Amino acid sequence: MDQLFPSVGISVVRIFEKLGHTVDFKESILCCGQPAFNAGFWDESRDIAVRVLQSLSGEGPVVVPSGSCTAMVKNFYPELFRARSEAAVAEQLSRRTFEFSSFLVDQLGVTDLGSRFPARVTFHDGCHGLRELQIKRQPRLLLERVKDLTLVEMEDQTSCCGFGGTFAVKFPMISTAMGETKSASALSTEAEYLVSNDSSCLMHLQGLLNRQNKKLKTVHLAEVLASY
Amino acid sequence: MNEGKREAILGRIREAVRVAAPRPHEGSGRYDSNAIEVPQTSREWLPSVPLDAEGRLNLFREKCSQLRTEFRFLSGQEGAAAALADLRNKQKWTVLGSHHHPMLDPLVQSLGLETLYVEQHPQSKSLERCSVGITACDALIAQTGSILLTARSAGGRALSVLPPHHVVVASVDQLLPDLPAAFELLYEKYGDNYPSFATLITGPSRTGDIERILVLGAHGPRDLTIILLGTNA
Amino acid sequence: MSFTFASKFKIQATKVTADLDHRAKIRAALKSYETARDERKAQYQDWQAARHGAASIKWESLNHLDAYLVDFVTKLSARGTKVFWAGNAQEARDYIVALAKEKRAHTIIKSKTMTSEEIHLNEALRQAGYEVVESDLGEFIVQLRGEAPYHLVFPAMHLTRHEISDLFHEKLHSAPSEHPEELTMIARKELRFKYIQADIGISGANFGIAETGMISITENEGNGRLTTALPKVHVALMGIEKVIPRLSDLALFLPLLATAGTGQQITCYNSLIGGPRQSDEPDGPDEFHLVLLDNNRTQLLADAEQRDALHCIRCGACLNACPIFRNVGGHTYGTTYQGPIGSVITPHLRGLMDWKHLSYASSLCGACTEVCPVKINLHHHLLHNRRNAVASRPDPSERAAFRLFAFLTRYPGLVNRLARISRPLVPFVRVVKPILPAPIKGWLSSRDLPKIARESFRDYWKKR
Repeated sequence: MDQLFPSVGISVVRIFEKLGHTVDFKESILCCGQPAFNAGFWDESRDIAVRVLQSLSGEGPVVVPSGSCTAMVKNFYPELFRARSEAAVAEQLSRRTFEFSSFLVDQLGVTDLGSRFPARVTFHDGCHGLRELQIKRQPRLLLERVKDLTLVEMEDQTSCCGFGGTFAVKFPMISTAMGETKSASALSTEAEYLVSNDSSCLMHLQGLLNRQNKKLKTVHLAEVLASY
Repeated sequence: MNEGKREAILGRIREAVRVAAPRPHEGSGRYDSNAIEVPQTSREWLPSVPLDAEGRLNLFREKCSQLRTEFRFLSGQEGAAAALADLRNKQKWTVLGSHHHPMLDPLVQSLGLETLYVEQHPQSKSLERCSVGITACDALIAQTGSILLTARSAGGRALSVLPPHHVVVASVDQLLPDLPAAFELLYEKYGDNYPSFATLITGPSRTGDIERILVLGAHGPRDLTIILLGTNA
Repeated sequence: MSFTFASKFKIQATKVTADLDHRAKIRAALKSYETARDERKAQYQDWQAARHGAASIKWESLNHLDAYLVDFVTKLSARGTKVFWAGNAQEARDYIVALAKEKRAHTIIKSKTMTSEEIHLNEALRQAGYEVVESDLGEFIVQLRGEAPYHLVFPAMHLTRHEISDLFHEKLHSAPSEHPEELTMIARKELRFKYIQADIGISGANFGIAETGMISITENEGNGRLTTALPKVHVALMGIEKVIPRLSDLALFLPLLATAGTGQQITCYNSLIGGPRQSDEPDGPDEFHLVLLDNNRTQLLADAEQRDALHCIRCGACLNACPIFRNVGGHTYGTTYQGPIGSVITPHLRGLMDWKHLSYASSLCGACTEVCPVKINLHHHLLHNRRNAVASRPDPSERAAFRLFAFLTRYPGLVNRLARISRPLVPFVRVVKPILPAPIKGWLSSRDLPKIARESFRDYWKKR
């Protein structure tokens, strides 16, 4: 998000500031450690995660504009630090970490942000947000309130796009086949934008769409909601 | 017989389960995920069944039609005999297979065909000649449109599966609401003296192994008829 | 060896994922299943509670497996069943081959049993000179083709009616047909004779009931019933983990298995067998042998973290839901048990180092865990297998990469500067593709690289 999709972060900041909240960004954090964790390198992942725990010590809610990174901190940190000295801190951080759309809807009770996005869009559920965090309703509630936006659900809306972190480069043929199926479903909705709450899925899908010279553009939910 | 291997495997199991596994998590909310719910009955989770007799009968009828089981509800022996005679003529039955049972005997005799009784023909392969196997059963199950029968109640193992048509004759008081009731019945009825074979039959034999397209009569009977006799039967 | 299984998988996956016909075929085959399954699930008063209940029953039996197995076997033996405890595949095969010899068998008929695939029973029996015939239609088809089953539950789902027609024409000299019904009848006729002829029937078992000493067999075609009714000897092969405590538990498991497995409310035949023919019964086998198989199941049982993988009732729901399975197909796995459950348990049954690649060949999307009717934490166990593989023998270059990455995360400023410098280079990456490391090549095989933003979020934040 930092280097590839800074506008996602900027949008999140704008949305919360518009709602009257103060936003802080921890410059010391670069990654949650999920790539190493998923690859089986839990020691290396802990090395990264320990510093995330330190940087995010305190009380306030931590909001992450990615279902995948949220799931890492919320669901997998407790497992990563189980029976270790950091276990309690990891549990505490887990409890106050939220995915962006669920934070808006479930914690703040906000669905209408006064946004306007005049386009036909379809929504892709990132698997971690969907199945680790049970987030499905929240982004849709938010999109429904966006003025001039038409949401069209695609076929097999909950199937995986095929990114899967290092999976995408270890097994590119499978990842590509999954991505092709997903982007075909998205394309057949005739939407102009493919929206998701996970930039990593979008990076993969946009990469495929570009290679195929398709016009469909991917955009993060926060970017849609920050359009007025 | 091979006690050595038995003890070796059991030993490995005992060693393995010394540490308990994490308990199933994420209950539906209605169940405490820390307490192991060992359900006495799954009745409250499975598809619901009407409480009244008529509702059950209607559900059973509906299930039969979905399953392509031929279902006939008849008030007495005469109606049943006529229905069977009708089937005999239509399907040109030549040889019947059956077993002795007070409810079956008059019906089978009324058909006037050569009949192989399993009691006299224990060689089950001879049933291959039969156009139809006519049996009794232990129970019918409204929830699923199933028949519960055993080797003791329905003339052994082959009679209800080898001939191309299986006819079951049951009385209306044999209709049970659901699967939990069926297994309760099996348990209560036979105590420690179980038949060696019991089966729940739900519709005629079927397969979807070619392009997931439904075909009836894969290896078992292509036709399944249930004749349910009313109260005065 | 690790190189062999993993590289075979990659070669095969490359081939099958590019096969658009295959992709469409599997998708079409699963479409009607999905609709039926969802309709059935909706009829439950509480599907989630039913799953939880089933998982709890399995938890109970596995965590007291020794006691339940002893109960089960004691009851069976008391009614004349001969129980054989097989520690591994070899012992199970030897027992069954010796039995065939003792009975002077000629033809052996089998109903569907994945456990027999696991121990390669057919090969052993054939080598010993016996004719072995698979009677399940799907199994019969793949046996004629000399293939392994493509799917736990739908062995021939990868074939069209035309391919099956050609196969029957070639092997059985039947007239070609476009109709699944006619093709089914060709097989029915062919197999009828075999049931009558067979000396031994071999089946699997879906459940073992400890309370009453019975096995439960689930099927649709009736071939399981004929296999266990007509031959004079019946042999059932069952994994030790299949025992459940009570007869009444079937009221939950049978509909759950059918709903998850085929989208049926309950399958056509669910049979209970508790011994050979009893004296008051007209027919049935004179002998009933039950072979209980360990074959490294106790090793998986010993892993408390993954013990729930033994909950598996082999419904195949995780395969159907799995986008990896749908794209690589069942044969690519090279395992008896395909799909997510196979990827989880094969490393335990056949060695972690040889089979860890299956745990990596997953996007961890969790669709499998979501549909599993006995709540196996499938996709998390793939993570556990990866962790265990790294703990026992990490790939040195991967470890170096992750160590470097972990090190770099200490210096976000430095990374920011590196990213700024490399930004203008991204468009040229494709030009130098041949000399790039494999992961970047893998990405570029089908996808463009994302652009590095003109201004990073970090820089934006600083300027505010």
